[in-house]
Amino acid sequence: MAEKPQTSANFSSLPVILLLGFFSLPLLVMYAYLFIDTISDTEVGSLTPSEFTLRHWSFLWETKTGKPNIWLVTLNTFIFASCITGVILTVSSMAGYVLSRLNVPARGFFLAGVMVLHAFPSVTLIIAIFIVLQWIGLYNSLIGVILVKAAVELPLGIWLMKGFYDTVPWEIEMAGTIDGASRFTVWRRLVLPQIKPAMMALGLFSFLTGWSEFIMPQVLAPGAKVQVLSVYLASLIIDDNNFDFGTFKAVGVFYVVPVLILYVFFQKHLMNIYGGGSKG
Amino acid sequence: MRILLDKFSKSFGSTKIIEDMDLEVGSGEMLALLGPSGCGKSTTLFAVCGIHRPTAGRILFGDRDVTHLPSQERNVGVVFQSYALYPHMTVEENIGFPLMVKRIASADIKKQVADIAALVHIGDLLGRRPAQLSGGQQQRVALARALIRRPDVLLLDEPLANLDAKLRLEMRSEIRRLQKETGITAILVTHDQVEAMSMCDRIAIMKSGEIVQIATPSEMYKDPRTSFVASFLGNPPISFLKGKVQQGAFVLGENGLRLPLAAVSGIPDGTPLSLGVRPEHFGTTAGIPVEGKVVFAETQGRENLYDVVLPDGSVLRSIQPVRDDVKPGDSVRWHLDSASTFVFAEDGRRL
Repeated sequence: MAEKPQTSANFSSLPVILLLGFFSLPLLVMYAYLFIDTISDTEVGSLTPSEFTLRHWSFLWETKTGKPNIWLVTLNTFIFASCITGVILTVSSMAGYVLSRLNVPARGFFLAGVMVLHAFPSVTLIIAIFIVLQWIGLYNSLIGVILVKAAVELPLGIWLMKGFYDTVPWEIEMAGTIDGASRFTVWRRLVLPQIKPAMMALGLFSFLTGWSEFIMPQVLAPGAKVQVLSVYLASLIIDDNNFDFGTFKAVGVFYVVPVLILYVFFQKHLMNIYGGGSKG
Repeated sequence: MRILLDKFSKSFGSTKIIEDMDLEVGSGEMLALLGPSGCGKSTTLFAVCGIHRPTAGRILFGDRDVTHLPSQERNVGVVFQSYALYPHMTVEENIGFPLMVKRIASADIKKQVADIAALVHIGDLLGRRPAQLSGGQQQRVALARALIRRPDVLLLDEPLANLDAKLRLEMRSEIRRLQKETGITAILVTHDQVEAMSMCDRIAIMKSGEIVQIATPSEMYKDPRTSFVASFLGNPPISFLKGKVQQGAFVLGENGLRLPLAAVSGIPDGTPLSLGVRPEHFGTTAGIPVEGKVVFAETQGRENLYDVVLPDGSVLRSIQPVRDDVKPGDSVRWHLDSASTFVFAEDGRRL
């Protein structure tokens, strides 16, 4: 939470903190072990690491045979997550506005449709999508998987944006049109700035879902040139010939670090998704 | 610029709000649309500024038919009840927005904003955001933004409703001053009769989608066309007595307070009527004596307000210069200036 916890006068928060701390302890231990394991070697059967090594992190500077370069994979993941964010932000900010404000034909149908699509498990479509992508020649390309992933995430984004637009007072738009601005200018210059916090939050959400997506890239873009980190990570554990837990853990830590950084800097914005909007 | 509504009608779905309304606002005039909530006054205003499209009829600015023009091309300025300032912009950007949309050079905008800000006395607030302003200051910003394009028409939708009592008084005269200085044609929508009477040249009083009467404030006060108009204007409000006609006089109740009235002559005996008596016309020095009992007294500083119950149970209000000799429970015999009363038929029509 962004706010400081309020000290209540009639009960002490200390027992709660202790209890939560106690139950969170296993998680903390696991994270600590995950990191320690990546920079040390442990003898079989022992719990304490015996020696320090950077061997597991060697994937950063040398490309393993049969594996793509880690920096290419990271770049792919970055492109994948960023493009999804871009598409989702652009489309939902416009579609949400239209559904919230404009008197379009079949508005109710679209609203219901978006709702249904949001609740629909997209994994069930994956074979159909696979065939479609292969047919139009976008199989094993970043563009293809970006489009699919963005499309699957759009209903949530549109629905969220619609909700935020609903909180922007009508008078602002009325004032804008009377001041001589076109409907597009009104949206761009007057309404969009009111839901900036929501855009920020949705952008982060989209980036994080893109970053952590596994199934779609695995099925639709598994090739070495377009591989993303999650697929790379999975390929390490599948590979029975060069089984290496240390490297697997190191890649895992490498994979999660950007997410942690994003959380540290932007958690305030992520919380915004529960509130915000302009109060006129 | 003159505004003309010609057979203007507006309905939402099957709900008819306004039917065949004719209204003319003269050039440079300030007109109040006065009426209770839901009477269609705001609907009329929104049709004039182009937010609502009329279902039928025409709207003219001068000789220009604007019925089908979008609001962007109508050149109107509107002050909303909530002010509708753009929260993410500074005061300067807010006021300059209508000009920025027209792609006027920013140096020009700056100059014009400074001019108009001086006119509404907010020259030193240009760098602030709306959230950092008081209600009265926001109001002035909204006025400046409405005026900067030099609109043909200024529309004010309950502009004072969100202000506290003292500021309301101040802004009342302030808006009137600006309207006179700029010579702009203005329509004020309000449900507050004091606002309408003190700010406007003429009042159009509305009830369920129709204009009941259009007149100057004093004409309307002295000569209301219906009991609705009489009850809407005046503070404290008018009181009504229900009675019957008997031999050319208005008779109240069984035991008969008789008020011989010129307006009643020629009306058949037994016709039910209601008599409107303004508080200042009861408790006067001359007139017909009326007996009653004071049930409520309120001092307003300079004047006292009394509620007097007559023997038949009806209540008359009286406003008089402050006096200490009358208390609730006292029986009084006060004069009623019957020549200044209004006689209404049962349907509310003035006779």
